[in-house]
Amino acid sequence: MPEYKAPLRDIKFVTEEVLDFPGHYAKLPGAEEATPDMVSAILEEGAKFAERVLSPLNRVGDQQGCQFKDGVVTTPDGFKEAYQQYVEGGWPSLSHPEDMGGQGLPDSLGMMVTEMIATSNWSWGMYPGLSHGAMNTIELHGTDEQKQTYLTKLVSGEWTGTMCLTEPHCGTDLGMLKTKAEPQDDGSYAITGTKIFISAGEHDMADNIVHIVLARLPDAPAGTKGISLFIVPKHNVDASGEIADRNQVSCGSIEHKMGIHGNATCVMNFDGAKAFLIGEANRGLNCMFTFMNTARIGTALQGLAHAEWALQNSVAYAKDRLQMRALSGAKSPEKPADSIMVHPDVRRMLLTQKAFAEGGRALIHYCSMLVDTTKKGTADEKAEADELMSLLTPIAKAFLTETGFESANQGLQVFGGHGFIAEWGMEQNVRDCRISMLYEGTTGIQALDLLGRKVLMTQGATLRRFTKIIHKFCKEHKGNKRLKPYMTALDKLNSEWGDVTLKIGMKAMRNKEEVGAASVDYLMFSGYVVLAYFWARMAAVAQTKLDEGTDEVAFYTAKLQTATFYYERILPRTRAHADAMLSGADNLLAMDEDSFVFLNA
Amino acid sequence: MKILVSVKRVIDYNVKVRVKSDNTAVDLTNVKMSMNPFCEIAVEEAIRLKEKGIATEVVVVSVGTKSCQETLRTALALGADRAIQVDTEDGLDSLGVAKLLAKVAQNEAADLIIMGKQSIDSDNNQTGQMVAALLDYPQATFASDVVIENGEAQVTREIDGGLQTLSITLPAVVTTDLRLNEPRFASLPNIMKAKRKPLEVITPADLGIDVGSNVSVIAVAPPAERAGGVKVGSVAELVDKLKNEAKVVS
Ligand SMILES: Cc1cc2nc3c(=O)[nH]c(=O)nc-3n(C[C@H](O)[C@H](O)[C@H](O)COP(=O)(O)OP(=O)(O)OC[C@H]3O[C@@H](n4cnc5c(N)ncnc54)[C@H](O)[C@@H]3O)c2cc1C
Repeated sequence: MPEYKAPLRDIKFVTEEVLDFPGHYAKLPGAEEATPDMVSAILEEGAKFAERVLSPLNRVGDQQGCQFKDGVVTTPDGFKEAYQQYVEGGWPSLSHPEDMGGQGLPDSLGMMVTEMIATSNWSWGMYPGLSHGAMNTIELHGTDEQKQTYLTKLVSGEWTGTMCLTEPHCGTDLGMLKTKAEPQDDGSYAITGTKIFISAGEHDMADNIVHIVLARLPDAPAGTKGISLFIVPKHNVDASGEIADRNQVSCGSIEHKMGIHGNATCVMNFDGAKAFLIGEANRGLNCMFTFMNTARIGTALQGLAHAEWALQNSVAYAKDRLQMRALSGAKSPEKPADSIMVHPDVRRMLLTQKAFAEGGRALIHYCSMLVDTTKKGTADEKAEADELMSLLTPIAKAFLTETGFESANQGLQVFGGHGFIAEWGMEQNVRDCRISMLYEGTTGIQALDLLGRKVLMTQGATLRRFTKIIHKFCKEHKGNKRLKPYMTALDKLNSEWGDVTLKIGMKAMRNKEEVGAASVDYLMFSGYVVLAYFWARMAAVAQTKLDEGTDEVAFYTAKLQTATFYYERILPRTRAHADAMLSGADNLLAMDEDSFVFLNA
Repeated sequence: MKILVSVKRVIDYNVKVRVKSDNTAVDLTNVKMSMNPFCEIAVEEAIRLKEKGIATEVVVVSVGTKSCQETLRTALALGADRAIQVDTEDGLDSLGVAKLLAKVAQNEAADLIIMGKQSIDSDNNQTGQMVAALLDYPQATFASDVVIENGEAQVTREIDGGLQTLSITLPAVVTTDLRLNEPRFASLPNIMKAKRKPLEVITPADLGIDVGSNVSVIAVAPPAERAGGVKVGSVAELVDKLKNEAKVVS
């Protein structure tokens, strides 16, 4: 039976020891409550919920999936009860404002709890995850009345939320969307159109669902500048805030899909549904962008979640599975064979998962710390955090989901043929992970966002903001003999990051296609450098602890060993990405469209 | 009615226990510690009695170093009203702990003392009994059901081969068995509120108790490792081994 144990020690290492959250909270307005003992009390309770309630439902969700009948979606056994327990525990309210019934704790603390929920059962976690997105939208752009009516119910968890963007003919290119919003005499709007792939669009876990919908006003300009944002409740809400009659929005069907079976992916039909405008007319996409970073970090987390899950389960299996002997001679002569842990290649797979899971954890919680600052910092701090977030978001989203998928896949491989068999859970982990590279903007789209919008459009200023941080860090630690190998390699790669950017920028001036041609290799290159920075930071902390004397020698030594593995066996991948991205667009664009396949027609 | 609940911080039940290499004790460095599961059940029972309007106050007490404050906070987050830490070194024997708890119960004038039947680290199953004896209170151990009525507690006990129901007058000591209830999870708002609930620290000297020990641990050893199995060639060989080696059939 696959299992999940919350990695509380590692979360503590990353947040307390590497990223200094206690120092961060001490300065962050409103974070007074988040003292280390409070944080650990909250994490322990969150861990219990993830381990004991959600983890056992992960496989149930996959096997049963959601059922659809006559517009009604039934979630897998136990999902509803677990949600009830989650609401009674007050968890939806964690990082939302106190005047809305929230606990007002920092977003980054919410992220630590969410990490555990996400890893134990991603499909279940998406229901509250989407509510979180809807809450952030209303919090930032809703009127006071909208907040009183909808936000309070989302914060308490009584109702859940969705994000309705995608339509049959447009996913990436939202400028083409057709769903119409007609103004009504009472100041509301009537929405007509079809949305597809709407996660948590319909289910039986809550009394009402608050859809956040992108639609077009009658006189709206074409393209992305003519999109507005609306609230569409599943059930209308009367003046006293209670649920009234059913609104004209319904689920037409749910998708049969590769993974995340426990989460309903719905076709949503809007037939003149009553709607309320959020924010300014025609500024819908701008409203979306303000919280898009957070939502994308939420998807980046999915990569970490599946990597961590793969690691925990494949390590347990590898220790247990006896097969063949170590090349240098039997390690356990008393047993019929050695455990597969002795084989270098199995270790390569396990260490790959460890490097991506633990490195990813550092990146995720670093980003969520930036989110805190973008909300509560001083003006200068906010500006810096915003800029760093804009750079790191596409990297975290695409790189951590790509490497998360690689890890899930390696986790399966460790099991040999048994990995392919359902009962071990490894194939589910691979299938569930696969969507993370698609929704919230595909890897290709994140790569374009990174290289085009974030890096080249700012003339590299945004990139320099981060490379300076890395450079300074390297300089500070170069003096330490033990850390020198990491620092030298990182510093060199960091300047190369700037160099390749410049080269692509030059090429792009001659041919715009160069940006698209280089983008995914550029993104992966960037991801490897960013993770190298976090592995160097973790190594520096581990080395200091070992030098000072610690009773956790094994824990910190493993950090150094993983850092070394990452630097020596993973970082060489940057060579291939650098060569590929600089090879020019021609090798991609030269071929005639009709030459891609020759069939015997 | 006031209820006193004792809680103990122990190695988490999920942790794979390791013995120190010098065989003096279980190795507790950096292992996860939690509230003893039987104590969790005791806290839950007390809170349920309060929710039913039977108890008016639930006080939790723990004996140990400062780190057991974390366990007390957990009990406060679950719904206890206030907490007392009796500050001592770790490793008191059961009688020392019982003396301290009895004194606290007396000072608090608790009507009911609910305790776990044993702690999962030392498995002694005696502190509750000792507290009752020291106070000269009636006791009902291994409770799987507790009903309070007219100054009495009706306690169903899990005993070998069945159930026994006792009626005891209050004040009394009840110790919990596994099936008494299923403890709740603490809610987030209650975790936060717990921080503001009173937690008093007192010493054995404040209580006028000498906790000098009568018991010393001589050695702690892990269970013998399971020897590897062998494949037998035939049923006859199996029967022979069961008879003559394992001596489980004759
Ligand atoms: C299970 C699931 C859940 C989902 N949940 C939601 C939800 O809750 N709400 C919601 O609104 N949507 C949701 N989606 C939709 C999802 O966000 C979209 O599927 C995704 O954005 C991609 O859009 P598309 O499917 O139309 O692909 P397309 O946009 O058609 O893309 C096809 C391919 O072309 C590439 N491509 C497109 N444009 C470019 C370009 N300019 N440069 C380079 N490459 C390009 C893409 O990378 C991709 O590889 C969900 C989808 C699924 C499958």
